[in-house]
Amino acid sequence: MVGIISYGAYIPRYRIKVEEIARVWGANGVEISKGLGVFEKSLPDMDEDTITISVEATRAAMARRVINPDDIGAVYVGSESHPYAVKPSAVTVGEAIGATPLMTAADYEFACKAGTAAIQTSMGLVKSEMVKYSIAVGADIAQGEPGDALEYTAAAGGAAFIIGNDDPIAEINHTCSFTTDTPDFWRRENKPYPRHGGRFTGEPAYFKHVLGASRMMLEKMGTKPSDYDYAVFHQPNGKFPVQAAGMLGFSMDQIKPGLAVTYLGNTYSGASMVGLSAVLDVAKPGERIFMTSYGSGAGSDSFDITVTDVITSYLFHREASPSVAALLADKKIVDYAIYAKHKGKVVMME
Amino acid sequence: MSVARFWRKQQSRYNLIGTHCNTCGRYFYPPRTFCPDCRRDGKIVDHKFKGTGTVVTYTIIRSASDQFKFLTPYALAIIELDEGTKLTSHVICDIDKIHIGMKVRPVFRKLAEEGSSGAIFYGTKFVPA
Amino acid sequence: MREVAVIGVGCTKFGEKWETSFRNLFVEAGALALEDANLAGESIDELFVGNMSAGRFVEQEHIGALIADYAGLATDNIPATRVEAACASGGLAFRQAYTAVASGMSDIVVAAGVEKMTDVGTEVTTDVLAAAADREWEGIAGITFPGLYAMMATQYMHRYGLTREQLAQVAVKNHDNGVKNPNAQFRKAITLETVTNSTLVADPLRLFDCSPVTDGASAVILAPLERAREFTDTPIKVLGCGQASSTIALHDRRDICTLDATVAAGKRAFSMAKVEHKDIGFVEVHDCFTIAEICAIEDLGFCKKGEAGKLTEEGHTALGGKLPINPSGGLKACGHPVGATGIKQVYETVKQLRGEAAGRQIDTEIGMTHNVGGTGATVVCHIFGRV
Repeated sequence: MVGIISYGAYIPRYRIKVEEIARVWGANGVEISKGLGVFEKSLPDMDEDTITISVEATRAAMARRVINPDDIGAVYVGSESHPYAVKPSAVTVGEAIGATPLMTAADYEFACKAGTAAIQTSMGLVKSEMVKYSIAVGADIAQGEPGDALEYTAAAGGAAFIIGNDDPIAEINHTCSFTTDTPDFWRRENKPYPRHGGRFTGEPAYFKHVLGASRMMLEKMGTKPSDYDYAVFHQPNGKFPVQAAGMLGFSMDQIKPGLAVTYLGNTYSGASMVGLSAVLDVAKPGERIFMTSYGSGAGSDSFDITVTDVITSYLFHREASPSVAALLADKKIVDYAIYAKHKGKVVMME
Repeated sequence: MSVARFWRKQQSRYNLIGTHCNTCGRYFYPPRTFCPDCRRDGKIVDHKFKGTGTVVTYTIIRSASDQFKFLTPYALAIIELDEGTKLTSHVICDIDKIHIGMKVRPVFRKLAEEGSSGAIFYGTKFVPA
Repeated sequence: MREVAVIGVGCTKFGEKWETSFRNLFVEAGALALEDANLAGESIDELFVGNMSAGRFVEQEHIGALIADYAGLATDNIPATRVEAACASGGLAFRQAYTAVASGMSDIVVAAGVEKMTDVGTEVTTDVLAAAADREWEGIAGITFPGLYAMMATQYMHRYGLTREQLAQVAVKNHDNGVKNPNAQFRKAITLETVTNSTLVADPLRLFDCSPVTDGASAVILAPLERAREFTDTPIKVLGCGQASSTIALHDRRDICTLDATVAAGKRAFSMAKVEHKDIGFVEVHDCFTIAEICAIEDLGFCKKGEAGKLTEEGHTALGGKLPINPSGGLKACGHPVGATGIKQVYETVKQLRGEAAGRQIDTEIGMTHNVGGTGATVVCHIFGRV
């Protein structure tokens, strides 16, 4: 059965508090943090980008299991902040783990669900036996225009999932998707920041697709929310996933372990994937995970996952790489000036 | 640096692949294709270094060339890898924490880029272990 | 091999010379040397010029021919050769000129050094100078020249307990000497505090631990000793020379605090000259950074490793001390036009041995020069004596 062979996450060390961003724009930071359910977000170091984050996450996945790089047949990196518009992040990831040249690769874009789309493609390649292992990475250094609401939550981070058939630590029982052409949030070519439709990003966008895909999954699998131990929803802030969970019938206890956004922010293509990593950090054999991602534009990918006993066996070394909790705890808080310098908002001459 | 010149040593920079002289046992990172001790008698093979090492000496660069100006102040160190060879690298840490004898481990970072339209060069830097 | 003497020397003022072009720097130095040797240009048989990077500073290569042309010597079609070994280019040019005369290949040979560094911005200069190090494996890591010597200093201070004040004294002493050198770039005395309060460049090195960016040229003329008196009453003989190479990267050195190339070059020079350390009256060493002077004194064998700091602190390396180092003001105060420094060191040595160094005169018969390329990948030493 196709499933997750290994996984890894990476979060840069720097953080900025939502209150600090609010201070710069003369807004009420305490209110905003509470309203968003996000208190601080991550930002990259001066020499980090989506490719370095993807490499670190993938290497973290490779470190947890004995995997022959020659068996990796495909690498896909999903992001909204690929360093190159033309030259895939995936090939650098492949080279950095010794998988080149015997592999296929490509980069994906579908706003925040580019990574889970890569998981679905990987599943297809593995199930059809075209490749032995396929790696799906979701990583971003999210852009939020200075002074815009998105600036409070646009964060940096990512996760990598190695998909295969042999002794997965978690089996992917089923995946299904709900996709439409919905202009809730977009970024034009050559523009530095995205634009969004304000409140339009809620009901007709996030909720329609997350609920659409999730209900399809529950119906297809013939399950109820209480059949699952964990639920991970795309987390652009701390409120939407909680509301979606409530609407579907999942409890706070089920979503809390996978809710990394509170002290991380929204890592866009990394968001659901980092959430899933956080769940796998603590999941026990036999437990069942429900996950639905969301990408603006718009679409949701839903997954029904069952953890196997390989996760606690000699085949898998969870402790070999830092957990999402450990990555979140290793932090250095900076002010807005340093944040602006790191995010390239201070324009330098060439 | 030209793209060809960087690409030629890309595997070395990404994955800490250096060389080892099977004749005398010396390890080389940066890689050498010719053992300075054994010369033509040297049997050189590739070697992937573990990456862990120790700071031998360091400085804090306050004034850098154009390419690295945005990083200042940064710690620059000579690191001895566990296998016994030495290299020079940026060590990413609080500048008042770096010291002789500090243990380090490798991370994947951007080394440099040729402006906003040029190639981006990636490689290995070090952080405290 | 014939014995060789220096029969004429010339040197421009060192500094930021906005009005003077690259080629005119050389012409000026060359003319001064010819006048000093009472020689006509037509008598020159061959020319060697040391220059590190005219290609990047003034976008000009083919320096040997250019200099011969502008010095008015190309009309005689003399062989003209450019020599490069980063900051040791001048010293190497001298040794090449010496070898040409000693071997009997040529009789009257000019050894010159020239560098014009100020036409480009400081960030370009930093990058040009970084090419003296290992571009592939030190350059891409973000090194700067001060950074490399700073790493030497960090290790040195950790091992031998050298203090910040002892290191600063090197700069103070060299500035004192610069005051007395009319060609020096900096002719103002400084205090220890000037050094220790100056801006950090690469910890522990501060602005005043570092030699400056300079324009300048120097030229000397060599002849077989047996003919020297046709041109001068005070020929200065080349007693010995030694050149050595070492690893290009600092991280590949056997010992980060020791320039093995200095040790080897020094030994070769002493062995050829058949003199001992106590016979040397002064040394012009390569103080690109204060720590470089400390290591040079030790690596040349004038004291044990770890002791040069105390030697400096106690005044032994000052003009009046038992071993004056850098009477010219060194690279720090006299300035460091990269390719010219090695030849300027010969100029200073010859002036001293002739008794023509008014204001900073040392009474001695034997002097030594020490010129380094990069962080020590090339070193060349010469020993000179009164005839």
